[in-house]
Amino acid sequence: MHIHKFEKIWLIFGITTLIVFLSVIGVSAFYLGNQPPSCLATVNPEKVDTTEPFNEPGLKKVEGKEWDYELVFVASAFAYNPGQVEVPKGAKVKVIATTKDVIHGFQVAGTNINMMLEPGYISEYVTTFDKAGDYLIVCNEYCGVSHHMMSSKIEVVE
Amino acid sequence: MNTKSVNPKVDRRDGKLAIAHFYVAFIALAIGGLAGLLQTLVRSGKFELPSWTGYYQILTIHGVVLGLVLTTFFIMGFQLAAVSKTSGTLTDKQRLTGWIGFWTMTIGTVMAAIMILTNQASVLYTFYAPLQAHALFYLGLTLVIVGSWIDGAAIIMAYSSWRKANPGKPSPLLTFMSLVNTLMWIVATIGVASTVLFQLLPWSLGLVERVDVLVSRTLFWYFGHPLVYFWLLPAYMAWYAIVPKIIGGKIFSDSLARMSFILFLLFSIPVGFHHQLMEPGIDPAWKFLQVILTFLVVIPSLMTAFSLFATFEMFGRSKGSTGLFGWVKKLPWGDARFAVPFIGMLAFIPAGAGGLVNASHQLNQVVHNTIWVTGHFHLTLATSVVLTFFGISYWLVPHLTGRVLTKAMNKLAIIQGIVWAIGMTFMSGAMHAAGLLGAPRRSSFSTYGGSEQAAEWIPYQVAQAVGGSILFLGIILMLYIFINLAFFAPKGEEEFPVGEVADAAEKTPMVFENWKLWLGITVLLILFAYTIPFIDMIENAPIGSKGYKFF
Repeated sequence: MHIHKFEKIWLIFGITTLIVFLSVIGVSAFYLGNQPPSCLATVNPEKVDTTEPFNEPGLKKVEGKEWDYELVFVASAFAYNPGQVEVPKGAKVKVIATTKDVIHGFQVAGTNINMMLEPGYISEYVTTFDKAGDYLIVCNEYCGVSHHMMSSKIEVVE
Repeated sequence: MNTKSVNPKVDRRDGKLAIAHFYVAFIALAIGGLAGLLQTLVRSGKFELPSWTGYYQILTIHGVVLGLVLTTFFIMGFQLAAVSKTSGTLTDKQRLTGWIGFWTMTIGTVMAAIMILTNQASVLYTFYAPLQAHALFYLGLTLVIVGSWIDGAAIIMAYSSWRKANPGKPSPLLTFMSLVNTLMWIVATIGVASTVLFQLLPWSLGLVERVDVLVSRTLFWYFGHPLVYFWLLPAYMAWYAIVPKIIGGKIFSDSLARMSFILFLLFSIPVGFHHQLMEPGIDPAWKFLQVILTFLVVIPSLMTAFSLFATFEMFGRSKGSTGLFGWVKKLPWGDARFAVPFIGMLAFIPAGAGGLVNASHQLNQVVHNTIWVTGHFHLTLATSVVLTFFGISYWLVPHLTGRVLTKAMNKLAIIQGIVWAIGMTFMSGAMHAAGLLGAPRRSSFSTYGGSEQAAEWIPYQVAQAVGGSILFLGIILMLYIFINLAFFAPKGEEEFPVGEVADAAEKTPMVFENWKLWLGITVLLILFAYTIPFIDMIENAPIGSKGYKFF
């Protein structure tokens, strides 16, 4: 099949760009470890309240792990528990969250923390809060009639 | 040349079948457009809905009616007309099949509509379990899909009878393209049909208590991304094979057009995980694999862009233009059949770039489920695709009804395109910007308890309402033109433009018609991308979810 010379150049340019782009995100994913939140752990959605660590939502200092704190959230229609939490500035935090009923979103506006919470699964993301201020957490997956009222807040304090 | 048309006109009886599809599509445009306007107004914070309806109910109407009904009906009507025009009048059996498909889809639409209007199915068009709609909603949507398969069967039958009658010859380009899109649609909809039939229906009927949420989402997105290519390919059909004829030029290359369609068939299905990048339960390595497969559709997209602009430039130069961009001036800017789809093509440049961001392994984390995504598909579907569909309607509707596109209507159509472009610049631009700041999609107006961050989003939401209002004006114009072309325009003959291949182009290789080969590779790619993660999901499944009705 004949391909015009200019089209060949165009396609070679396009495909090279594509390879470079995919290599960049590949290196970022597998060498630098920038993976999306894909924790493969499960939980019984009907027993969330009595299952560790979700029986005590909130911030907890931990020892001997790659992160300093664990921040546990439980989502249900139409609220997060805790409804507000303080995090010390510069803390390396593992955010751990799940839902008790339908699918909810968990997005800390203005950061890269953005996870789907699905019944039966635990979502996790490790991050460092290095700027002080208030961060709004919104549910960004439609969960019912009061979906837009569902929010929480992280206060990063000095 | 093989792209020469068989029929000078679409047979009147086939025309009736096609136009019936368009009636439903444009009724959907009216209803869905009104719902869209109301949403942007509510979200500006300056307007409230009456108490008998709710934001999410309206949002469900908007999504189902525009995303599923308008598109499926328009595409099937267009493809049936294109096949009838290029491969010859449908046989009675093929036409009857088409009508059965049409009525099945229509009955399904009405069933789903009743459930939405009575607020028993405010689950949005993605209907994510464990939010549970009424069983009739799922059944209605199943009928829409089954109806589209029956419509598709008519296209496949027409294609096979052409091939039988013309052994050793490549099929007419528009028939070939309709067939590829139909095959892709059938392979893709198997996913959503499976989740509805085997999971959601028994569960909503109370036959089983629990549903596996992750499996249902995966089956949905197996369908959900090819769905967007099902919308896009008919627009590509018009760009590749019809627009060249309208401007008076030739198709750049028949073979390359076919190759890009085959590449879309191969690479549009095994990619659904890029919609699931932010969710637990799927190993990141498998997500990454599907990210790579997603990006392979960049190649046929680049081919399409090249081909289109090569056609435009060749045409301009044949009219004696000089200089690097002199040919731009020679294009028929006063012809709505060209100018309106052209605005759509331009919108596809930022739309495609935004799509690369969405599908990226980590960049997605910034924009996932923010209103950026809504902005993105209002450029792709609601501008590139929809304006091209409008551009098709401007000649196809009068062609089918035996009327003509008058000068006055042509002018109004160009104004419509410009109004659309302005409205979308406001609305989609504001959506992209607010999304980067973190504003969620699919949410009613909220100040989130007086949050400072949420307050920053509100000016953008006002801009969205301004854009939405301008777009609604565009919809009124479009409906006015459609009604004119269907019922009131002067009687006459409007051409069905079918492009011919440039004389210098080479003969089309027959390998493109080898469906065992292409469908075989498609199935292998799907198995490669899905088998292991799917086994994972089933082996490691948590207990399923009971249904919730939070609406």
